[in-house]
Amino acid sequence: MTRKKRRLYTLLAGMGVLGVAAALVLYSFEDSLVFFHSPSDLAEKPVPAGRSFRLGGLVEEGSVEKDGVIIRFRVTDLAESVPVTYRGLVPDLFREGQGVVAEGKLDENGLFVASNVLAKHDENYMPPEVAESLRDAGHWQPEGSN
Amino acid sequence: MAEFNEFLEMGGYAAFVWPSYLVSAVVLTLLVVFSVRRLRRIERDLKPFEERRQARRNRTRSSRTEPLNDT
Amino acid sequence: MAIDFHKYANPTRFLRLASAVFPWVTGAAVLLLVTGLYMGLFVAPEDYQQGETVRIMFVHVPAAWMGMSVYTMMAVSAAAGLIWKHPVADLSAKAAAPIGACFTLLALVTGALWGQPMWGTYWVWDARLTSMLILLFLYLGYMALWGSFDDHSKAARAAAILVLVGAINIPVIKFSVDWWNTLHQPASVATLDGPKIHGSILTPLLVMGAAYMMLFLSVFIIRVKAEIMDRRLQIMKISQLQE
Repeated sequence: MTRKKRRLYTLLAGMGVLGVAAALVLYSFEDSLVFFHSPSDLAEKPVPAGRSFRLGGLVEEGSVEKDGVIIRFRVTDLAESVPVTYRGLVPDLFREGQGVVAEGKLDENGLFVASNVLAKHDENYMPPEVAESLRDAGHWQPEGSN
Repeated sequence: MAEFNEFLEMGGYAAFVWPSYLVSAVVLTLLVVFSVRRLRRIERDLKPFEERRQARRNRTRSSRTEPLNDT
Repeated sequence: MAIDFHKYANPTRFLRLASAVFPWVTGAAVLLLVTGLYMGLFVAPEDYQQGETVRIMFVHVPAAWMGMSVYTMMAVSAAAGLIWKHPVADLSAKAAAPIGACFTLLALVTGALWGQPMWGTYWVWDARLTSMLILLFLYLGYMALWGSFDDHSKAARAAAILVLVGAINIPVIKFSVDWWNTLHQPASVATLDGPKIHGSILTPLLVMGAAYMMLFLSVFIIRVKAEIMDRRLQIMKISQLQE
């Protein structure tokens, strides 16, 4: 019984040490584990022009302008927003009010020139009729309405 | 028929929806098939050993009873 | 408590129990799979944003759930094997690994097939997707480790340690979407004032989840049985050589 107990405690101690080590590693690598930066992150810690990074947030309502193959919109996190320009096809989920992640770099004027645009989904799942009736009843404002 | 075609089209996403179901079906079927076949193979390999052990046990238990097929 | 556990850890007793449960579990798996597929493909409506691609969720999400739960169960088994040296504990972890690996692979592949039309990419190296890929490698490493030892108890020990070290990855997968910005799911940017999953989409998802769980149990019983008999076979071969 004592040997079993000893093995149990050794194991628990080992897992504890491992957990702490993993937490420290993950914490120190936080910047590289973050897939994208929000406009607020950018306002806090500016990224120099010309350096590649990913910008994520919501496509601001009413900001999308299409000009041939060039598309312009603003990425917002409802506190700060950044203008984006992109040349190419956007994914099917790209909509005003929906999440978006743009890969690219800032130019000197603070315009984000995207080389790739990915759409983010939210975790709301419902049939279109339900979304519509919720919207009509004013209970819920899906920002991706178009 | 038109309804069935519409179903197959999956709103234009057929190229993603059907492969998802297909790959799931194939992988899970293979998993079941290989698992059952492995069990059968091991059972077959184990059989002669179990029989020999059974026979030996019968022999040592009593020399007068039937030597085999005794549980 | 330990004595009680020992009763079920006895291989013969375990096999008897497993054989009794097997037909029920297998029947439930078939029934739930048929129901879940019917509901998922024919009854569930399309999603207001994703359209018909929401149907990929019905095979993606349960596979991901199982990939993580099977690993968790293996970690518990491995710990029991290390501490109490139960004969069935190591074998059940070994038996579960290929099943968990299949589910994890399916979660990755079906996720990619959803990602391409919706996100605009099959794959990104965000925290959720990367930690899920690590889970697949942990499964593969675990299986490879079993194969690389001749001595059973040494293999069991090494494999158990690998599973337990890798168990750190499970909470990382689970909370990756909350701890870091990921593409996989909105953390702080998306507004979540409304319902998350409507019942008409949630029900088929849960039925498929239950179906995958039963399927796991069914295949697991087959595989544990095979592992126990294989172990018996190896021991008999050795004792025959010694005679």
